[in-house]
Amino acid sequence: MPKRIITSIQAVGHRIIDGIWRLGCAARFFILVLLKSAASFLRFGLVIREVYFVGVLSLIIILVSGLFVGMVLGLQGYETLQKYGSESAVGTLVALSLVRELGPVMSALLFASRAGSAITAEIGLMKATEQLAAMGMMAVDPIARVVAPRFWAGVISMPLLAALFSVMGVFGGYLVAVVFIGVDEGAFWSSMQNAVDFRYDIVNGVIKSCFFGVAVTAIAVFEGFDAPPTAEGVSGATTRTVVTSALAILGLDFVLTSFMFRGVD
Amino acid sequence: MSEPLIEIKDLAFSYSTRPILKSVNMTMSRGKVIAIMGGSGSGKTTLLRLIGGEIKPTAGYVKVADQVVHKLGRNDLFRLRRKMGMLFQFGALFTDLSVFDNVAFQMREHTNLPESMIRDLVLMKLHAVGLRGAYHLMPSELSGGMARRVALARSIALDPMLIMYDEPFTGLDPISLSVIGSLIRRLTDALGMTSIVVTHDVQESLKIVDYVYFLADGVIAAQGTPGEVRESVTPFVHQFVHGEEDGPVPFHYPAEAYPKDLKLERHLA
Repeated sequence: MPKRIITSIQAVGHRIIDGIWRLGCAARFFILVLLKSAASFLRFGLVIREVYFVGVLSLIIILVSGLFVGMVLGLQGYETLQKYGSESAVGTLVALSLVRELGPVMSALLFASRAGSAITAEIGLMKATEQLAAMGMMAVDPIARVVAPRFWAGVISMPLLAALFSVMGVFGGYLVAVVFIGVDEGAFWSSMQNAVDFRYDIVNGVIKSCFFGVAVTAIAVFEGFDAPPTAEGVSGATTRTVVTSALAILGLDFVLTSFMFRGVD
Repeated sequence: MSEPLIEIKDLAFSYSTRPILKSVNMTMSRGKVIAIMGGSGSGKTTLLRLIGGEIKPTAGYVKVADQVVHKLGRNDLFRLRRKMGMLFQFGALFTDLSVFDNVAFQMREHTNLPESMIRDLVLMKLHAVGLRGAYHLMPSELSGGMARRVALARSIALDPMLIMYDEPFTGLDPISLSVIGSLIRRLTDALGMTSIVVTHDVQESLKIVDYVYFLADGVIAAQGTPGEVRESVTPFVHQFVHGEEDGPVPFHYPAEAYPKDLKLERHLA
């Protein structure tokens, strides 16, 4: 019996040590990516190409989701606010919910599932098919040539996608509240204009999405580069990217929100 | 004998506690095709990775062009690698680039040549492997043999002094196999480089190589010219060259006595 307990404790210890070890590897890898980013900026075409793959090709899912989220917000907001006779504030509710929280968080979650998983799978498969080893043997550093451009493309794309998500959300809220339900258009826009502050709301939302962009792409490139070079390894790494990114986004969101919006002026 | 390009001395390598190479000594001359043969897991690919500086030996050294590979700094190693080519088992072509861009990859990364000159050079390299007409295809559109020929064109892009081939004949049909074999020989002679071919394919490689090393149990078990190898009476070489089922490399994985495993001892007793 004591032996079994000791074995269990050892197993827990091993898991914790492995986790910390992996976190250390990820941190070291992240620093390496930053150090080897010079080529990405000197040959910006490499980054632009990846912006197309991770950013432009994510547009459809981001825009459509943004529209639906905004429409739901418009409906739910109207439903609640009309009970208190303040249905004209639905514009404020839609805009603040989107630029502060839903825009950055939802677009980052969608970005992690659409682009993060693709980055991991691509890098993982390049490793499994010896493309990264071949690059190294050609005296070209795979971190500088393959990883860094994808990382920076994700970091650049994320805030832009979040902004577009919010814009489409506001449009969706407008469609439902003003066009379908008939809330006064002037009241919808003016309440929004009065309530949304550029520095406090919009800039903070953009800062959040920048943090999410760094977190999601850093996780995606690390998981891809670290994936065991087998079909099973790549599939596991892709799953880990989506799960870890989602947790990182939600955890970071709480930390950032607690710094940005503390409820006191 | 011409000047040696590669000198391997008392080379040993272990993965954690499992020794892969124990004490390997080799000399490879410029302009020759050298085969390294041995069973699966005998350390052939590890040897290539040591020559390329991907991993460091636990003892001994590999010298390429008078430079000890594992002692080179990152920049010097990358400078040396620009003079090396490597053909991976399945080509390892960059799947997001066309055939043309794959061959042009190193030229664009390491030189400032104008695009017009790169175009000419790429077409010349592709012509050498008979695939000039396939320059616009993507790797997914190539057969296994064609992919390996493109990878060969890519590895000679910067006219290296050394090319390493990791199992270049695996999974090829007889025509592609013969084409790759003769290309290795012809390109080696035409470019005056050294080729190291790691292979299982005894018959095909004996047709094209100048010298053969046999690796077994982490050491060089035998060596010689193709003629010497064919005539060898060394049991291991004889078994390997003639593909015999049993010999020094046993058919059976070590196991308990057969009757004991089948629990027949009682009945036999």
